[in-house]
Amino acid sequence: MDKLIISPSPHRNSEMTTRKIMSLVLASLAPAVVAAIVFFGARALALIVICTASAVVCEYFCRRIMKREQTIGDLSAAVTGVILALNLPVTVPFWIAGLGSFIAIVIVKQLFGGLGQNFANPAVTARIVLMVSFAGYMTNWVSPQFWQTGNVSWFGALYKSTDIVTGATPLVSGNASLTSLLLGNTGGCIGETSALALLIGGIYLMVKKVITPTTPLAYIGTVALLTLISGGDVPYQIMSGGLFLGAFFMATDYATTPVTEKGKIVFGIGCGIITFVIRKFGSYPEGVSFSILLMNILTPYIDRLTESIPLGSVREKKEAGKNA
Amino acid sequence: MYKLKSITLDHKKNTAGTEAQKLPLPSKVLIPMSMHIGVPCEPTVKKGDHVFTGQKIGDSDAPLSVPIHASISGTVSDIKDYRLLNGKVCKAVEIESDGKEETAECTPPEITDKASFLKAVRESGVCGLGGAGFPTHVKLDFKKEIDTLVINAAECEPYITSDYRQMVEKPEDVLGGVKLVMKYTGIPKTVIAIETNKPDVIEDFLKLTSDIPEIEVLSLPSTYPQGAEKVLVYSATGRIVGEGEIPADKKVIVMNVSTVAFIYRYTQNGIPLISRRITVEGTAVKKPLNVFAPVGTQVSELLKFTGTDVNTVKKLVAGGPMMGSCLLSTDTPVVKTSNSFLADSEYTEPVTTACIRCGRCVRACAMELMPLRLEKAYRDKNKNELKRLKVGLCMNCGACTYVCPANRKLAETNQLAKLLIR
Repeated sequence: MDKLIISPSPHRNSEMTTRKIMSLVLASLAPAVVAAIVFFGARALALIVICTASAVVCEYFCRRIMKREQTIGDLSAAVTGVILALNLPVTVPFWIAGLGSFIAIVIVKQLFGGLGQNFANPAVTARIVLMVSFAGYMTNWVSPQFWQTGNVSWFGALYKSTDIVTGATPLVSGNASLTSLLLGNTGGCIGETSALALLIGGIYLMVKKVITPTTPLAYIGTVALLTLISGGDVPYQIMSGGLFLGAFFMATDYATTPVTEKGKIVFGIGCGIITFVIRKFGSYPEGVSFSILLMNILTPYIDRLTESIPLGSVREKKEAGKNA
Repeated sequence: MYKLKSITLDHKKNTAGTEAQKLPLPSKVLIPMSMHIGVPCEPTVKKGDHVFTGQKIGDSDAPLSVPIHASISGTVSDIKDYRLLNGKVCKAVEIESDGKEETAECTPPEITDKASFLKAVRESGVCGLGGAGFPTHVKLDFKKEIDTLVINAAECEPYITSDYRQMVEKPEDVLGGVKLVMKYTGIPKTVIAIETNKPDVIEDFLKLTSDIPEIEVLSLPSTYPQGAEKVLVYSATGRIVGEGEIPADKKVIVMNVSTVAFIYRYTQNGIPLISRRITVEGTAVKKPLNVFAPVGTQVSELLKFTGTDVNTVKKLVAGGPMMGSCLLSTDTPVVKTSNSFLADSEYTEPVTTACIRCGRCVRACAMELMPLRLEKAYRDKNKNELKRLKVGLCMNCGACTYVCPANRKLAETNQLAKLLIR
């Protein structure tokens, strides 16, 4: 008889793996991807494919060059790619999309140690870098289903064309109907316009217990409350811009947000306040990405201050003159 | 009341429906002189002696010990060194069966007061039958005021049904034991805590105790680790057993349901603790069931009885899948604290990947610890941080490791960390 296997307890594991979690996130992004293609056409699909493929390729070569175990199988790079694509306007040149993936995967994620080690959300940071570096390209909005009104083909070099109907984002124009905001029939980044599609994806993630409702509720709730206090239009504010995309898919990123539920509340409220302040007083029309990045930076401190208190633990008094 | 964190497991109580069967008399048994915490016993027999079933074969003067009895009749064929699971070595008495099952003269003990009750409990050889095996007579010899006896009938580990079968087959023993303990130790109230995945016994016990106001039957949600002592005390009484405390500090005594049932049986027939009702389960086991097995029987005998090809066993666990310990060999004997053996025919080591900080371990921990932080502190060998994060409170229930999508061995790390800061 072969020797028996010895291993520490427990002797059973749950079915959940990192790869499964990432697959569920990809599935939850499907409605937003569909909405992006419906409203922004084949070029939106091309952007999603390019971002995802380049993110996976970047991750692959990063791990090869760093001589680390290959991690593209955990699908986290694919998730980053899709989320980054959803954060781009449909007019953006393909090379900028590819550059965004490079920034997200190589600089923000892998240089800091890979999955779980990065302190900033890769997609959010990449978007901000592109926004600051290529402000013109990154704010070149067009109306949804532009091919019906403008004299352009789907795949035309949109950003050069002067024929297309430009469509400001609803946060700038302030005149989109609530139905359009809900369905996504407005200008904006390809993945952020349809509140309904994002909501379906977000609820799916909660049902599958990939995320807890804490962060989205705290985030969206804070924006809604501050808007209400300042006399703004609450449904309009929460459904326009990238709030739903940010609250459900980027402020819930595991690696870059607090780990306890208490911490998630603080994080969500912080994001809500910063988003509101930038939208109301800032020179940028939108503040979701900046709010998430700023709160990412604060996450280690939030984590420290919102540790769970062990059951029945006796708090030791700090000894005088002794640093912890 | 604040709800403690927990996880939900697939119960897999496949053996719940069948009555425990008696194992055929083994040809020999090997009885270790140390089967639970406390001081090992010294053999009181020598090689070549003839022993009867139930005859005392080991004892000790140390306070934390209980006597050990022969589980079969026959000849002491050897007294040898035996290596325990924790690596320590103790004496073990090997008895070759004479096939007669001749029982020593066992008479029910005379019990008149607390002292004689505790003496009887000690003489019965009983220790906590739920797992750790703390000597029962020591636990019941409390000096502080105790106002509640909690009977642990949660049986929260998957697969195991031996406590459940006890309650189905001999509910009167359970109640008899509870009444005895209350009567002689003066505890005024008892809570019998049962998980809701055993609705039939909850109903039975509600009926049986309907005219006994001092005994409450409490149904608890089937979550893990509901049966952990601190969790159970909280669920039953709302009291938090703090750091460095035992339930008695919160006026509570916790006893396993099989322990009280055995005490009652012993006061009726005087037969000491020489056999256990044991669940035999796992992917290698052909027909999983509960068996009555004499203490000292090799696990392989139990496996054969359940139609298992011993050669197909890849991994053998004593106890449940969440907290049980791996055995080195199928020749390992049944001990007093055995309640289940899990024999698996396949095992693939889960691949450990990077922590993604998903927080599932934090949401799983009933003690409100942060396993991911503890793991990092252990990796940094940061003793102060480990102490500050209270790694000492970890009860090794395994919930964090179970839920980890990166398959990190968090519970194991906590045990190593405890050794580091000791």
